[in-house]
Amino acid sequence: MLDTLKLKYFQGKQYIPDIKNASMKAQFRGFPVIKSDNLDVTVCPVGALKSSPSSIDLGKCTLCGACKGAGVDFTNSYKLATTQRESLIITKDMTFEDYEKLAIKSRKEIKRVFGKSLKLRQVSAGGCNGCEMELNACSNCNFDMGRYGIDFVASPRHADGIVITGPITKNMAYALEDCYNSTPDPKIVILTGACAISGGVFQNSVELNREFLDKYPIDLYIPGCPVHPLTFINGVLDFITK
Amino acid sequence: MNWIITENNNRINTNDIPTISLDEIKLDFCKLNLRLLAFFGKQEYDNVRLFVVLSDDKNGKLYITSTLFDKNVKEYESFTQCYSQFHNFEREFYEEFKIKPLNHPWLKPLRKNQDKYSFFEMRGDEVHQVAVGPIHAGVIEPGHFRFMCHGEKVYDLEIMLGYQHRGVEDVLLKGSSRFNNRLMESVCGDSVIAYNMAYSQNMETLSDTKIPIRSEIIRRIALEMERIAVHIGDMGAIAGDIAYQMGASIFGVTRTLVINTMLEITGSRFGRGLIDVGGVNFDIDEALSSKIVEMLEGVAKTVDRTTKVMLNSPTVISRLERTGVVSTETAKALGAVGMAARASGVDIDSRFDLNDKWYTSLNLVKPFKATGDVYSRFKLRYKEIKQSMKIVKALLTKLSETKGDIKIEPNLKLSENSFVISVIEGWRGEVVHISLTGANGELLRYKIKDPSFNNWYMLAMAVRNNGISDFPLCNKSFNLSYCGNDL
Repeated sequence: MLDTLKLKYFQGKQYIPDIKNASMKAQFRGFPVIKSDNLDVTVCPVGALKSSPSSIDLGKCTLCGACKGAGVDFTNSYKLATTQRESLIITKDMTFEDYEKLAIKSRKEIKRVFGKSLKLRQVSAGGCNGCEMELNACSNCNFDMGRYGIDFVASPRHADGIVITGPITKNMAYALEDCYNSTPDPKIVILTGACAISGGVFQNSVELNREFLDKYPIDLYIPGCPVHPLTFINGVLDFITK
Repeated sequence: MNWIITENNNRINTNDIPTISLDEIKLDFCKLNLRLLAFFGKQEYDNVRLFVVLSDDKNGKLYITSTLFDKNVKEYESFTQCYSQFHNFEREFYEEFKIKPLNHPWLKPLRKNQDKYSFFEMRGDEVHQVAVGPIHAGVIEPGHFRFMCHGEKVYDLEIMLGYQHRGVEDVLLKGSSRFNNRLMESVCGDSVIAYNMAYSQNMETLSDTKIPIRSEIIRRIALEMERIAVHIGDMGAIAGDIAYQMGASIFGVTRTLVINTMLEITGSRFGRGLIDVGGVNFDIDEALSSKIVEMLEGVAKTVDRTTKVMLNSPTVISRLERTGVVSTETAKALGAVGMAARASGVDIDSRFDLNDKWYTSLNLVKPFKATGDVYSRFKLRYKEIKQSMKIVKALLTKLSETKGDIKIEPNLKLSENSFVISVIEGWRGEVVHISLTGANGELLRYKIKDPSFNNWYMLAMAVRNNGISDFPLCNKSFNLSYCGNDL
């Protein structure tokens, strides 16, 4: 017992006190800034770059840094979530402040219904376990997402919305739709990671079935590969409290 | 010669690979008494060529041979009826090429058509089924588990996977002529470094690219850090599954320290973007190096303390000991690999067996723990963490003695008619990448084998005769990959 208490004392406090303004290591590749009119689009492994006029699609971008030498700089800004697919496209000289202004456009009802408590059911539809590990990390002692009333729950029946990771494989399409239909209304859908938003590195695979995304409305897009816990928590928090 | 003998990361000419009959392969497999490493087909015009690769773990050699199926041949006598190791490999071969292994004891879908399969059923009074998945209660990947229970006791567990099938091998072949390291990082997101390293080594061997020494060392430092991070995370998950909350919390935050240091090196918590064909993209300088050592020392202290307190608790021991036992005989028969096999007393570790000079030069003793229960897998993870820390420190010292580039421009042209096997010991076990090129150096076939492909059946054996409530615990002690299996 004494050993247990000692161990606990030795750990001290590990949580990040202010998630909304948490500092991020400088090396983190977050929001990209485009410096050039003519980007070499061939360096991008997922086709996120476009030239004349230059743009990056964060919905496809894996933040790998391959375009770093080719007119793009990566900042360590991590609040990348948006409510519209179009807002994920970054144009030349766009700053993080410009991006943030347009990123989250939430509705009054969202804040009223989900503002203090949001229970989510996660569906891995072909995810590589990268996003899944980061979503699990959201609930650990460092990030402690539960303090804002946001939690992952075991059943869609208990959930207010679903979080999709992975490019949605043919084999998971049915289970995903089943899960969505089992979630009571009102509900939200969150796409997490480049794979879920655009197919990411698997966008050319014939084993995918992304019809779900055409059928049902998407409320929040959270880019990354994988999504950083701070990106996820801040994205969801902004969405339900703004 | 019926077999061509080669080594890890060695290029051989496809024309040198012998073509022998299936009966000869069977006879040799019995005589050679080696472990099956790969068994896969390749379309050759209308015919199908089947490649068989065996691993001689004692001498660090790989044996390769092939056999040709004429387009009219649609069946053959299965290997699995004699050797269980072939079980999944033959299911895969059947699914891809529709050549049926006769008398296969359990020929069922591997990655496709799960909905058309009717599960094995046990009959009798008070026997009941429990179906779990594909979507699980936790935030994990999808897979379906079907338990046949009598009361709380599990008699049989059937595992159905394939929900994650994204066609990785095809995506790679169809992709552009550039090297696709980013795809490899997303095959199995918890073994980013292992997969990317296996792919890069394979491509470097194919293109005769000699990468700088510094990048060789940095890759291995990252590989060991990946091992440390995942093992700590899994020890936390094991603690969580027996409701030992303090262990779960402390291991959880300790893992964060390791992956945050990875972020400082590579800009990603899992080391994405670090490795490219031709070297690595980020250097480790003196300041960063001492930061890593400092972090490791802190982590070692916490892991030591927590493990000690945890394993001194009788409630913990009573849950871990004699739960989910896989005997050495079973593990060997199933062809188990990696950490799980070592915990069951099978002495294999491709880092040492296949003579990776960066490891063998360190004069280490392979840690292994041989009771095959959850406790031994927990304890082995602890030992491997300690050993990996030693390796990282030794490699950092070596790194400080070298100077020079970390990356060179790779040769884009691949060698013609070549066959290359690359094996990397990820934290879960051996990650095997095999490539075959054609007459113009074009990539014709790329085969990936995850350690989970061998080990999933081990989990099914582990839960037999255990309480169903111990399943999550057994599952976490293996922590097998769904996406690595499904590709």
